[in-house]
Amino acid sequence: MQAEVLVEPSLRAPEGRAWPRDLLKRVGLTLVVLGALWAFWEGYRALWMATGWTRPFVVDNLTMPPAADIVSRLWEPLAVGQPPLIRDLLDKSAFTMREALAGFILGALIGFAIGVVLHHSRLLRRGFLPYVVASQTVPILAIAPMVVIWLGGKGLPVWMPVAVIAAYLTFFPVTINTIRGLDAAEPRALELMRSYAASSWDVLWKVKFPASLPYVFAALKISATASVVGAIIGELPSSIQDGLGGAILNFNQYYSLDPAALWATNLVAAALGIAFFGAVVLAERLVVRAAPENVA
Amino acid sequence: MSGVGSTEPAGVSGVGSTEESAAAVTISGLEKTFAKGGTTALVDIELELRPGEFVSLIGPSGCGKSTLLRIIGDLVEPTRGTVHVGGKTAHQARLDRDYGMVFQEAVLYDWRTVAKNITLPLELAGWSRARRVERTKEMVDLVELSGFESHHPWQLSGGMQMRVAIARALSFDPKLLLMDEPFGALDEMTRERLNLELLRIWEASRSTVVFVTHSITEAVFLSTRVVVMSPRPGRIAAVVDVDLPQPRTADTREEPRFFELATELRELLRGRTAEGVH
Repeated sequence: MQAEVLVEPSLRAPEGRAWPRDLLKRVGLTLVVLGALWAFWEGYRALWMATGWTRPFVVDNLTMPPAADIVSRLWEPLAVGQPPLIRDLLDKSAFTMREALAGFILGALIGFAIGVVLHHSRLLRRGFLPYVVASQTVPILAIAPMVVIWLGGKGLPVWMPVAVIAAYLTFFPVTINTIRGLDAAEPRALELMRSYAASSWDVLWKVKFPASLPYVFAALKISATASVVGAIIGELPSSIQDGLGGAILNFNQYYSLDPAALWATNLVAAALGIAFFGAVVLAERLVVRAAPENVA
Repeated sequence: MSGVGSTEPAGVSGVGSTEESAAAVTISGLEKTFAKGGTTALVDIELELRPGEFVSLIGPSGCGKSTLLRIIGDLVEPTRGTVHVGGKTAHQARLDRDYGMVFQEAVLYDWRTVAKNITLPLELAGWSRARRVERTKEMVDLVELSGFESHHPWQLSGGMQMRVAIARALSFDPKLLLMDEPFGALDEMTRERLNLELLRIWEASRSTVVFVTHSITEAVFLSTRVVVMSPRPGRIAAVVDVDLPQPRTADTREEPRFFELATELRELLRGRTAEGVH
């Protein structure tokens, strides 16, 4: 190849980073952050307990159990003769994860479809978007019982109504960002498609959709954690005992006897949310390969 | 009004139908007024391009040269007048995929590789995979980008991106190549090199080219004819035949005739601009 078409060296191998070192750095950073959080928790406890400060709240082993107690609680049995708490919580996480995942997928698909429709019609957008927004101002706790009543006892699996509630929280960011993202295609890129006499389907699928992906993925990251919250909250009115929501409600009632159990459950719920978020980030890396700088 | 420069082509009207269908582009009575603000962008545009011609539109900014190009390509509707491309309306020509367009920015689709960018118009036209692959390879060779097929646009220099854009525009063998200041954003060296390459590609493809530029030397070097436009409202001030021998080489730029023609264009542009000021 002639010298004139040489690529700048910096452009030639954008993916050429050292993987093991990168991974090591990440693990190290995570450990440092976790350590800092631990130190903050314990430092706060120690300071408030030593000075006897009562604001914003009194600190003792009930309001803020020692971090070590919370973590070690995971390996203690729920009651005498039972398996450790972590086993129970992992089972419940799997149950909640199914609800959240089903809700996430359902909500993302519906959210994207609504976004595509509203993108294409200014009239519909003007007419419907306010209601889409309003749907999110209604507290999920008010919606959840209705969904359970509507969908419960119809021979559907018990987790289905919960998935619908999770979808209710999931679809909104996806809709908003899909509308925004489909508009993000460059005017010249669209003009070019016009010069090729491309059908509107081709324009949507081959230009607008790929151009919207960074926006859609930004929404999916929000939705990923929202779907976990939705699933946990959705379990409450349906009195489902098999998920994390049931566990949280249960431990809430026995908080004064066993505060570390609730905190431990919250840790597991947070881990589930992070796992969802991480899965979306991973998917984004695989899908939006063209623009690595867009990936968080 | 027009015809200040050298010879005009055969008159637009009164020509037999065989002549008319032989014309690559026929523009008559064209006028464009933008609804927003009522600005008149173009008036009295009469122009006929022969097949295989390389015609540059040159003029100061605001003379409507890009608008004229977009009207030919059916991306903008004219207010009055008609545009025919190979005997068809501009609209029909667009639907028949007779246009290859290249803009000032390469406008590559970032999520597609070089090869996938070039193949896009072929996908839209419903070519079979085998034909697409074969054709894409030809085009990659034509613009000398072999080895870069699976690169993404952001991995290429500006000049290479523009070559991909040209390959893409030519991939489906359009009758008419419309180029809107394609090399305007590139440095002088790259621009001169790509000028030579464009001529080589034009010779090979034998398509008709309409080329918008604001560079006098570029217009002289590339074109068989140069259409000089004047601003406010945009109109054709002159049409100049470029009688430099083909094929043009790097030495063409140093021939006395090249300077004569450049000077002639410069004076035409200056004269018109000065008149506009009065």
